Amino acid sequence: MNKAIHPVHAASDPVIEVRGLDKTYEGGFRALKGIDLTVRRGEIFALLGPNGAGKTTLISIICGIVNPGNGTVTVDGHDIVREWRKTRTIIGLVPQELKTDAFESVWNTVRFSRGLFGKAPDDAYLEQLLKDLSLWDKRDAKILMLSGGMKRRVMIAKALSHQPTVLFLDEPTAGVDVELRRDMWAMVRRLRESGVTIILTTHYIEEAEDMADRVGVINKGELIVVSEKNALMQKLGKKQLRLQLHEPIASLPEALNDYRLELNGKRDEIIYTYDTQSERTGITALLKDLSAAGIGFKDLSTRQDSLEQIFVDLVRESA
Amino acid sequence: MNLHGIRAIYKFEMARTGRTLMQSVLSPVISTTLYFVVFGAIGSGIRNIEGIGYTAFLIPGLVMLSLLMQSVSNASFGIYFPKFVGTIYEVHSAPLSYLEIVTGYVGAAATKAIIVGLIILATARVFVHYSIAHPGVMVLFLVMTTVGFSLFGFIIGIWADNFEKLQVVPLMIITPLTFLGGSFYSVHMLPPFWQKVTLFNPVVYLISGFRWSFYDIADVNVGISIGATLFFLALCLTGVWWIFRTGWRLKA
Repeated sequence: MNKAIHPVHAASDPVIEVRGLDKTYEGGFRALKGIDLTVRRGEIFALLGPNGAGKTTLISIICGIVNPGNGTVTVDGHDIVREWRKTRTIIGLVPQELKTDAFESVWNTVRFSRGLFGKAPDDAYLEQLLKDLSLWDKRDAKILMLSGGMKRRVMIAKALSHQPTVLFLDEPTAGVDVELRRDMWAMVRRLRESGVTIILTTHYIEEAEDMADRVGVINKGELIVVSEKNALMQKLGKKQLRLQLHEPIASLPEALNDYRLELNGKRDEIIYTYDTQSERTGITALLKDLSAAGIGFKDLSTRQDSLEQIFVDLVRESA
Repeated sequence: MNLHGIRAIYKFEMARTGRTLMQSVLSPVISTTLYFVVFGAIGSGIRNIEGIGYTAFLIPGLVMLSLLMQSVSNASFGIYFPKFVGTIYEVHSAPLSYLEIVTGYVGAAATKAIIVGLIILATARVFVHYSIAHPGVMVLFLVMTTVGFSLFGFIIGIWADNFEKLQVVPLMIITPLTFLGGSFYSVHMLPPFWQKVTLFNPVVYLISGFRWSFYDIADVNVGISIGATLFFLALCLTGVWWIFRTGWRLKA
């Protein structure tokens, strides 16, 4: 992949800037409500949100598929309305659905995409691209004959055929088996290493947790939060200490009320939820108080909220 | 100007013709041959029209019939199919102006129609000897008609939201207008009232002008024919310009 993509860029300056973007469709549905967003060059940015939140509308506007409403969008400093030709040359898009020319061969469809984006034929580049995506052996096959996973790779090859520096992946692993999904994420990492900025939406939030540098959560057309993924998880993610007791207890002693402990269904496990951001977690004091109350435990474990749980909480709060 | 983009669309559309050779080329040739056989036999009673043998008289009308049908169907299908399967997203997201998109699709549709028209002319040679009095004007009509009707087909392809609609206009409008536009007869053969009514049919001007380029005979002055063809071309161009300016049925 490295041979096929571009040199590495500095990873700090903004590449996409969205300011006050609104979109209301003809029927009156307001899909975006004053979106402000900055995507940094060279990062993997995960845009999360439930169905109908506005993710695809936002991506479609930036890519030129949907007309923008009020507000501005710039890509690499170029306005998407006034300098559309420049911005579209920079962007590659892998749409959510498998939209391909079923009767065309892999090779021809990739060459078509490259030409469409104004690039002169470069068979050496396309050969490398298809090899990187394990499609070279299928280059003469009609797309109709390919499996779903292979078709998804073809979509990626088409999006990369004109060597974009910004790549949008709209649900790229939807309906893809585990092995291929892992391959695709490895490819995404390689693309990022080569300097491509990647904006992805996914329903597999554990993937965003694993891959993304930053995360944005959108719901009902509003961007609820944009944050470094790790900072978001630290800030909003609750951590739990679970203590497995020697024997079940009927109830928790009143002396432990301040800890807001929970008992599990079998009453043999105490769950303590604490704030990772505070100076003191209260764990030491809790263990001392448990000992004083005569409650012994045989094992303990800690668990942090996943990005998925944070996402669900955020969406629920904003509803 | 994104010349690579125009070329990509053009080549893609032309390649589709290659894949559907039977439907694209052989089918119109066979149907035209049948026209020659059937109308040649029926018209054997008609000695000549304005000094031209009936079978030779048919040639410009039959070529024009195929040109119109081919232009409309090629262009309408060319833009409708990517809309239908969803691949139109790629054209919208590409750095292509509306003029470049239209040039690619309409250029390919017009080229295919001209190729079919020329094949029909060659096929006609098997049946009858004919000459072309004004080759330059013949080429002019060939190009203006195919481009104009390809633009019209492009509009139909954008308007249509199912395959039935795609077929409705060619079958319900183009075919009757062509059959009643003097493909198989001279307008002068009609009763005086119908001679006047038929002048409202735009296809009359195309066929008349095209036939003039072959045999120097026309139902309508050739200058008026060229003017009417250019007017139709301008009308379709305006329609396409409006569609892209507003994004009608293309962009949300």
